[in-house]
Amino acid sequence: MSADAITFGYLDDQTKRMIRRALLKAVAIPGYQVPFAGREMPLPYGWGTGGIQVTASIIGRDDVLKVIDQGADDTTNAVSIRRFFRRVTGVAATEKTAEATLIQTRHRIPETPLTTGQILIYQVPIPEPLRSMEPRETETRKMHALADYGVMHVKLYEDIARHGRIATAYDYPVRVNGRHVMAPSPIPKFDNPKMHNAPFLQLFGAGREKRLYAIPPYTSVVSLDFEDHPFEVQRWDRVCDLCGAGDSYLDEVVTDDTGGRLFVCSDSEYCTTRRDAGHRGPAADSTAAGALGATLSAVARDRTEDRA
Amino acid sequence: MTAACAATRDPQAVPATAAAPLLAVEGLGKWYGPRLGCRDVSFTLHPGEVLGVVGESGSGKTTLLGCLSGGLTPTTGRVAYHSEAWGPADVHALPEGRRRLLMRTEWGFVRQNPRDGLRLGVSAGANIGERPMAVGARHYGHIRARALDWLSRVEIDPARLDDRPASFSGGMQQRLQIARVLVNGPRLVFMDEPTGGLDVSVQARLLDLLRDLVARLGLSAVIVTHDLAVARLLAHRLMVMKDGRVVEEGLTDQVLDDPHHPYTQLLVSSVLQA
Repeated sequence: MSADAITFGYLDDQTKRMIRRALLKAVAIPGYQVPFAGREMPLPYGWGTGGIQVTASIIGRDDVLKVIDQGADDTTNAVSIRRFFRRVTGVAATEKTAEATLIQTRHRIPETPLTTGQILIYQVPIPEPLRSMEPRETETRKMHALADYGVMHVKLYEDIARHGRIATAYDYPVRVNGRHVMAPSPIPKFDNPKMHNAPFLQLFGAGREKRLYAIPPYTSVVSLDFEDHPFEVQRWDRVCDLCGAGDSYLDEVVTDDTGGRLFVCSDSEYCTTRRDAGHRGPAADSTAAGALGATLSAVARDRTEDRA
Repeated sequence: MTAACAATRDPQAVPATAAAPLLAVEGLGKWYGPRLGCRDVSFTLHPGEVLGVVGESGSGKTTLLGCLSGGLTPTTGRVAYHSEAWGPADVHALPEGRRRLLMRTEWGFVRQNPRDGLRLGVSAGANIGERPMAVGARHYGHIRARALDWLSRVEIDPARLDDRPASFSGGMQQRLQIARVLVNGPRLVFMDEPTGGLDVSVQARLLDLLRDLVARLGLSAVIVTHDLAVARLLAHRLMVMKDGRVVEEGLTDQVLDDPHHPYTQLLVSSVLQA
């Protein structure tokens, strides 16, 4: 076997070709779930095997990769996937959203707006939005084919009847390009509006279920709702305790056993960048915030070494 | 009861047969491989008419109902339906999307076991609201008001609107299923043993309710049952089936009071008198 036959990255040529074909089909039919022959990956299902296969099939030598999990660059899953790609491809990694060309994500769309040319790759646990209402795969496929989506509203109706409002907070169903109803993976509904008419390409990979789907740039993505209960995103009556951002998705961090807690940006890169630029949140000077900030800096130092 | 029967079968209630038939069935047959489901079934059903299909277990009643409603594909024959929206159509030649739409708008199917016809994981209100939502209702308040209205029409306490059907009694589940089927105002309803598995007092109330709704809404219906009392109470006309064939057909009173075929005679004489 000549050196040319050894492919770049982790997957072999045939697998890449198969996944790229499936991706082309997915981009051609926005929101449609394309079956693909998912491969075994060196990590368990549920840890991002679908997203990794998509990333591995489209990554090139000039790409700059960012990996986030729960919005953060420094969680276990993000760190191990980033290390994996550093090792098998040698491409540059970054935590700066603006610098990245490929962003593999789980749970969040970065707060910094993405632009044309960037690709967002989602790790998807359950690609079928109709699954909770209809367990049969044969039937859900037929429902997609016939655009028979009434049951999605039955689910939302049930939410309102039970909780007085649409309580679905993540994986909130959307209709893509006026046709297919799609599960946007477990991102909070806070991020749903960012998918609509987005200038960047969005690819979704579900490893266990072996499905790929996509939203091409500038495609309409409408969250389902009722006329008298319109779609709404989560709001907080406070700002990030560390950086003072009022426009980001906040995580609650318990800091001691006496009720102390901080609300901080879930997008760690966004928060760090704002703090570096001199923004200060209301609790930025507290001991807990100091400790949290120190942890983030320590991880950032690790990342610098990792990159070197 | 006699008075009520007479009221249902009031000649005024049945429109003139000159109108185009709602359902025209010709030479319908269904084989399951070498085994016979039903064969040579032909009849017409006019608007506002209720047809009863009686016969013993295994005589092909449910197979016939499946073929009529498009759930099963017949081996021979055709089923023509005169749709309000699209005019005459061959039910089995319609694309599946159209057939599904029919089932949600102009048709309804009441199953013997309400648990097959209901969505048990969601509330009664969502069950009734499913059909309106499937054809585009998108106003929560209106859907809920309609569900509430139908709960009271089928005599279920409106306070149970947000309860799951799993917590309902068998009779309530069957009434909820009827509300769910009738909410979109169908013209033609298929019922498979609607009172099967219910005790007699609940059966009586359900029959009362059904008779009232059928008369008031001017529904056409095909009711499959093995219970002759149900047939006498609800059906204008009766078809008696045995071994997959129709052995006798006629007005309900005529068939039950003066049965001609030996099997019908046996059937009528087998009814237990309390």
